[in-house]
Amino acid sequence: MKTNTNMKRRELTDLFIKIISSIAASIGIFFLLWIIFTVFQRGFAALSIDFFTKLPTPPGMEGGGLVNAITGTAIITFLATIIGVPVGVLTGIYLSEYGSHSRFGSLVRLVVNLTIGIPSIVVGLFVFALVVIPTGNFSAWAGALAQSIIMLPVIARTSEDMLNLVPNELREASLAIGMPKWRSIVSIIFRYSKSGIMTGVLLAVARISGETAPLLFTVMNSQFWMKSLNEPIANLTVTIYNYAMSPFDDWRQFAWGASLLITMVVLFLNIIARMILKEAK
Amino acid sequence: MKRKKLTPQLKFEAMFKYITASSATIVLIIMLLMFIQLTYNSRLSIEKFGLNFLFSSSWNPATHEYGALASIYGTVVSTLIALIIAVPMGIIIALFLVEISHPVVSKITGNAIELLAAIPSIIYGMWGLFVFAPFFADYIQPFLINNFGDIPFIGKLFQGAPMGIGMLSAGIILSLMILPFITAVTRDVFIMVPAVVKESSYGMGSTTWEVTHKVTLRYGIKGVIGACFIGLGRALGETMAVTFVIGNSHLISASLMDPASSIASTLANEFGEASEPIYLHALMQLGLILLLMTFFIQILAQIWVGKLKKSMGTGL
Repeated sequence: MKTNTNMKRRELTDLFIKIISSIAASIGIFFLLWIIFTVFQRGFAALSIDFFTKLPTPPGMEGGGLVNAITGTAIITFLATIIGVPVGVLTGIYLSEYGSHSRFGSLVRLVVNLTIGIPSIVVGLFVFALVVIPTGNFSAWAGALAQSIIMLPVIARTSEDMLNLVPNELREASLAIGMPKWRSIVSIIFRYSKSGIMTGVLLAVARISGETAPLLFTVMNSQFWMKSLNEPIANLTVTIYNYAMSPFDDWRQFAWGASLLITMVVLFLNIIARMILKEAK
Repeated sequence: MKRKKLTPQLKFEAMFKYITASSATIVLIIMLLMFIQLTYNSRLSIEKFGLNFLFSSSWNPATHEYGALASIYGTVVSTLIALIIAVPMGIIIALFLVEISHPVVSKITGNAIELLAAIPSIIYGMWGLFVFAPFFADYIQPFLINNFGDIPFIGKLFQGAPMGIGMLSAGIILSLMILPFITAVTRDVFIMVPAVVKESSYGMGSTTWEVTHKVTLRYGIKGVIGACFIGLGRALGETMAVTFVIGNSHLISASLMDPASSIASTLANEFGEASEPIYLHALMQLGLILLLMTFFIQILAQIWVGKLKKSMGTGL
């Protein structure tokens, strides 16, 4: 008799918890979907052919677009990628193939992990102090440098993780047939983990293309076409920040359009990265 | 004869190692330079205010009186609010995904949550300012103020005008931003709990909830705490999601409804106006404080994760 009611109570508790956690999960997921829904709903209203082809207009004037900011973000992201990826991948190779057990290797690994946790706005401040103050002007290069510093540790860590997945037999086999170590790394080990490293790179590119804070103090923003990489250039994320904070309705509209564009690019890169990884598996 | 042929290969061998090692050194140099540059560029403020900078809450660009207390307070409180909401919620959602929901639902929702973790923080900020803040001011805040504002002691937290923006809004937006992240990591930890352990508990007649809190949660608690550390590090330095909704006031107020400021929001807001060297150096010092805070937390997290690996093998 007693065990019966006890069992009932336990089952009731179980049901109660299940209901509560389903509700909590729905609430959390509801809010996250709400965010996505808003971005798509308000963003689509702002997208047009002009949005991708015309320069911005002053507030109140009809039309205009953000073509300069779109190219600006693409350029900064591209520059950051060509700086950050080689250094990051080479660091990953060092950590996995040469310094995996050395004291220096452990130090680098620790600092890589610490650098991943540094807030992006602090990286922005750092590049401001390092580049903008001495050269005296904001520039696309400074922004690309800041973004590459954010990318570097992420890529170094994923590369190391991916290289560590390579079976040791492959290393031994390639060395046993008389390959020099660098050759074995480049054409055997690296090739084996190529898709994993590629995934890491894509995820890092996705991350920096949506970063705003490191660009605030390094590239600033501009209303015009860029003339050189040594000057402030327009970019999407700082434009979103400036336009959203402005009191003009048409500027806010543009901010939503730019948000949608960035969100779609980031989601697209993430999905591609996942597909590459899945295929490799 | 053969030896001669090999020499260039060996030379390249040494060179390749040297190239990778010098790439690895770059991270060290960056870290070192970051501390040096931020300290050097805040020297005027460090000289003038000394340790007082940490304990003074006055922030007045007109008279050049600067203190970091209000910003530090805002950073800590908004992060705490975010963790108080996001950690239990993240654990519950992860449990829902792993233990309760149908595998198909779990897979789709799990993937969606991982994608949401990738959405840039400025999107959360925009949504917070234009969608959440008006909703919050119209429906939630009046309810909180009317129902909790009169309770002695805790009531102080909920007094004020329903403005939509403020400390609580910033904390909530921040919690939404770290929620997908904490959920994803926690889910991975729970998935790694061996099925045998769970099944033996079910075999003794336990209900799902009993297995969950007595087995899964216990087994994975260290990993969950690790996830919280990383979420904490993210929330502390988050700029865009906070700047839009925190209200940017340098007054320390007991009420969570009032506007406040965090280190990151102060930097984003005021950097463009800092024309005087002392103003700039005070902002740089704020950045240095933020760097030290996150650095310290990351080191704790690393020690924690190191312990984890030792006690659970290299699986985590």
